[in-house]
Amino acid sequence: MIHPIPSGTRDVLPEETREVRAITDTLRGVFERHGCGEVYTPALEYESVLARADMADARPAYRVFDEAGAVLVLRSDMTVPIARVVATRYATSEPPLRFCYFAHCYRGVRPQRGQPRELLQAGIELIGAPAPHGTAEALTVLCHALDATGLKDYRIGLGDASLFPALMASLDVPDSARTSLLETLVLRDFVGLEQKLSEAGISGEAARLLIEVPQRRGGPEVLADTPAQADEAVTGLRQVHELLEPAVAERVIFDLGLVRNIGYYTGAVFDVYDPALGTPIGGGGRYDELVGRFGRSLPAVGFALGVDRLHIALAGEERGTGALLAQPHPEATVTARMAGTS
Amino acid sequence: VSATNGLTIAVPRGALFDGTVDLLEALGVETSELRSNDRKLLFQDIGVITMRPSDVPTYVEAGAADLGITGKDVLLEQAAQRPGEGGREVYELLDLGFGRCTMVLASKDGPDPALAALRRLGVMRLATKYPRIAARHMEETGRQAEIVEVKGSVELAPLTGMVEAIVDLTATGTTLRENNLVIREEIVVCTARLIANRVSHKLKASAIDALLARLRELPEEARGRGAPERPERQSVG
Repeated sequence: MIHPIPSGTRDVLPEETREVRAITDTLRGVFERHGCGEVYTPALEYESVLARADMADARPAYRVFDEAGAVLVLRSDMTVPIARVVATRYATSEPPLRFCYFAHCYRGVRPQRGQPRELLQAGIELIGAPAPHGTAEALTVLCHALDATGLKDYRIGLGDASLFPALMASLDVPDSARTSLLETLVLRDFVGLEQKLSEAGISGEAARLLIEVPQRRGGPEVLADTPAQADEAVTGLRQVHELLEPAVAERVIFDLGLVRNIGYYTGAVFDVYDPALGTPIGGGGRYDELVGRFGRSLPAVGFALGVDRLHIALAGEERGTGALLAQPHPEATVTARMAGTS
Repeated sequence: VSATNGLTIAVPRGALFDGTVDLLEALGVETSELRSNDRKLLFQDIGVITMRPSDVPTYVEAGAADLGITGKDVLLEQAAQRPGEGGREVYELLDLGFGRCTMVLASKDGPDPALAALRRLGVMRLATKYPRIAARHMEETGRQAEIVEVKGSVELAPLTGMVEAIVDLTATGTTLRENNLVIREEIVVCTARLIANRVSHKLKASAIDALLARLRELPEEARGRGAPERPERQSVG
């Protein structure tokens, strides 16, 4: 008998579990060594509680009612639940607070490789850890953790969520156009960005900057000669970079167009890339206002790794055949059976 | 260094093929085999893989190709309809200008049967190869439609009375006219776009930016703006 399971979920059998367990044990060891205590929180939360955070694209997708008619959601990340825990259970504790977690989160995504609807996330949250030191600490833990798993070729894209909004504000982009421009940048639709700028009546130097600056990415040289409007964010990034040990610093690619599709980020944001996978393995950033929304105002930073994605990247590096590494098969003089026909 | 900076490019077979190959040639890519051998799919020495246009975003999203060229119609059809819904996650880097077509809503000449259906029955039936673009257009204009997805010859559907209107791509309008259909609404203009994989865009930033700069420097004709319009009936591949 074949009994189906919902799209985007799967069963994990012993052979795979052993490999996944080896990864999570390694990560846990590194997180604990950096003083991050592991927490569990309920998979189900009150919708009204999680709604305090601006989740944007990562908002909860699954809802159920309890016996009293309250709306419950399956958590879509661990950052918001931990913000709730801090405000509730650590209301008077001396910061910084350091947590780590290994937890399944649920998202209504289109299921594809490394992107299930039930995803195992491994991450840390450093609460009461202001920029730039807190950010540098998070990046350091991130790199130590990835190094410990044996991942070799990964890079960290580092940007600042406040950069593009600051640029728009200082270039007098009308309020009405800002949200839509930012949404377009989240998709990295540079053609659409150009169109929307012209629709909003923005031209000349302002338009040029709004298109050119977010496309800058590379080594520390991209922080040179940035426009004055981006000074605050760029200074912040430079400070973080100066605090990093060399092995971590050389993993960093500055990306002035990096915007994550989660709304609560306020400052530095980062994504983890590996040539063995066509999508980011994980990411994180600063969320200095989120914990305050739950009643205790503390600057914070954290990251989450998709354990399945990390597993795929490790396996890909091992075989030397990851997505971007793939050399087409040598015998692949594949001819089209019906090339170009519909 | 090769003309494509060691990048792998997904090239669409079909209506956008000639414009794309012209573009590659203008960049200095050796394209004679690409032009002459229409059964080969992998051209490893020049970093090109060929496929139908609607598969280009799939290969680029997965990282099997760093860059790709496909129509905006394909990108729109595969894009997320609502925030959080999840469409193809690729970066759109450049409007290449060629392969210009318009996505239109058309119905039979004379009194608009779609309007009549909407007035009397509250819903119009609409055939298309682009069900998501059609559904979104109807939603955004506040009308109800029953979308019928067909795989080819959309014009047939209103002629047989199966539907009152169609949503399809047209360059010159010839096929529509031949089938006694008139354009009622223009939904969106579509041209060829250059797209990139999200991770390649970071890890191969300098190679991609150098290629982009060379593309932007090309004269308009070489960028395909001078190339003929996309032939009719050759759209989604």
